Amino acid sequence: MAQHSSKGARFQAVTANRLNDGEVVYFKDNGWIENFAEAEIADGQEAAEALLTRASPDNMEAFILDPYLFEVSESEDGFTPVSVRENIRAKGPTVRTDLGKQAEAG
Amino acid sequence: MYRYDEFDHKIVTDRVNQFRGQVNRRISGELSEDAFKPLRLMNGVYLQLHAYMLRVAIPYGTVSSKQMRMLAHIARKYDRGYGHFTTRQNIQYNWPALDRIPDLLEELASVEMHAIQTSGNCIRNVTADQYAGAIADEIEDPRIISEIIRQWSTFHPEFSYLPRKFKIAVTGHENDRAAIKLHDIGIVIVRNDKGETGYEVHVGGGQGRSPFIAKKLTNFVPAEKLLAYLEAVMRVYNMLGRRDNSYKARIKILVHETGETEMRRLVDEEFERIDASQMLSLPEAELDRISAYFAPPNYENLPAQSEVFEAAKGSNADFNHWVKTNLVPHKTPGYGIINISLKPIGGIPGDATDVQMDIIADLAERYALDEVRVTHEQNLVLPHVKLDEAKEVYDILCAHDLATPNIGLISDTIACPGLDYCNLANARSIPLAQEISTHFADLDKQYDIGELKIKISGCINACGHHHVGHIGILGVDKKGTEFYQISLGGSADEQASLGDITGQAFTEDKVVDAVDTIVETYLNLRQPEERFLDTYRRVGMSPFKEQLYAD
Repeated sequence: MAQHSSKGARFQAVTANRLNDGEVVYFKDNGWIENFAEAEIADGQEAAEALLTRASPDNMEAFILDPYLFEVSESEDGFTPVSVRENIRAKGPTVRTDLGKQAEAG
Repeated sequence: MYRYDEFDHKIVTDRVNQFRGQVNRRISGELSEDAFKPLRLMNGVYLQLHAYMLRVAIPYGTVSSKQMRMLAHIARKYDRGYGHFTTRQNIQYNWPALDRIPDLLEELASVEMHAIQTSGNCIRNVTADQYAGAIADEIEDPRIISEIIRQWSTFHPEFSYLPRKFKIAVTGHENDRAAIKLHDIGIVIVRNDKGETGYEVHVGGGQGRSPFIAKKLTNFVPAEKLLAYLEAVMRVYNMLGRRDNSYKARIKILVHETGETEMRRLVDEEFERIDASQMLSLPEAELDRISAYFAPPNYENLPAQSEVFEAAKGSNADFNHWVKTNLVPHKTPGYGIINISLKPIGGIPGDATDVQMDIIADLAERYALDEVRVTHEQNLVLPHVKLDEAKEVYDILCAHDLATPNIGLISDTIACPGLDYCNLANARSIPLAQEISTHFADLDKQYDIGELKIKISGCINACGHHHVGHIGILGVDKKGTEFYQISLGGSADEQASLGDITGQAFTEDKVVDAVDTIVETYLNLRQPEERFLDTYRRVGMSPFKEQLYAD
């Protein structure tokens, strides 16, 4: 799998796609939510690994596809994904702002 | 057009029912994702960035108005009101929910369509010249042999687990519009000295990480032996193709590593064996039966020149421009082939809304003998339109943003979905196509530049055909940021060539400037009648490189 965090990444979150409709989801409080802004953020590598472990129990595999860690950065407005790819996943296609999460946020 | 027989119907219906069971078991948790993934891929279902994507096969790019209406209906009912026509003459839907795909496929099957052979390591949907049966000087309609190949290859038990996917394209015309030299197998229909029709077979072309132009393995295979020859190529590949490294698993690598001469010997040896067994000789009756489906439609007996058409051109400059770029002469007097551009200025290449698809279906039914074609350059074609009625068709196309007069021009860009949708992409493609087309929006400027094919891929897999763009653009990822590598001098036609990389990659905001510099350099250097590609082939990379990296 592609690398979604740099080596020295401090803040990371866990994302996956939902089985029945492929929707992008984020891990929070032992459950999955659709909005990145509410995603649980791990500070440091150890916390990140613990977060991924919590997000990947055996029975979860049936409904959540391929959870992985990705890097986020902190700014005045809160956290944002670092890579273009994760920004696009969090919002929707940049060429169709009427579609995806960005449209629903409206 | 080909119509399903009872076997086709049964195969497709059985497959829908089988997949419905698989989806149900996956959703109930009975099947793991590891077990399910190859099954969904055999049915054209991918998981992309935001949702599942379903790729529907359009064999040799031909659809009827009824089928086009179904594609519109699917976009409306199961997706978000649009579909994306691809460089494989297929259509992709970007948002279907997994649990609704079986119903979607059942509706598709009702109009003899499916998603078989659009994914997985099998022989994929066969593609062909979009002007098949309509263009003058064609030796044979390429859809006849394409349909025969489709029937032979569908669920072929020996070739269902190939080392890697396998793509076949066919042209029946000396002008190659099907990019046959960039396919695993490319077939050119030819006529020998005795006037017999046969097939020239090119093997081992492809793009991706290691691009190659196909090697011509034989000048002539007679019709009844073509399947035997193809089976020989497939068998050699299936036996010897690499399975240890997916980047080296395509037949192009086998041909490259084995060498053209040895590859030909291996294929010939296998071909002789199959041919001697006569197991795969194509009976003439069967060839005739399939040919009958593609018999010319009932054209009217019309004068070559249409007064209505000439008058419309004279009185409407916009129509006249559109005719020059988008209308191609038909083999039948009084008819024309109309290209429908899916590249409006600033639009998304290859996308069509449900409303547009319905309009195109209506036009096909009313004006084009009920046919629509999909081109590998992501446009659509109405293949048989009376010149008398071309202006009526044009007016309707205009009203639905489908009459951009830019076929073959700089704004007629191929672009893959890129990082806006695709799970494999490293960078976005569509925004660059939009920026370039907006930058060169002025039609006079586009006409002055002339034929110039820009092709953009968001990763090295090259779905956007960047290797064969006159100007090719490849998106690369550098630590989560998008960069773009530019190449020049590629071509996908009968004189196929692979582009040369200009040098260091550009950031997104510099790409349009770079393309502008390349175009200006060409305009300064060109000799009369020279297209961009001619100038590039004459002067080479240096003058372009000098201008691009001047500071």
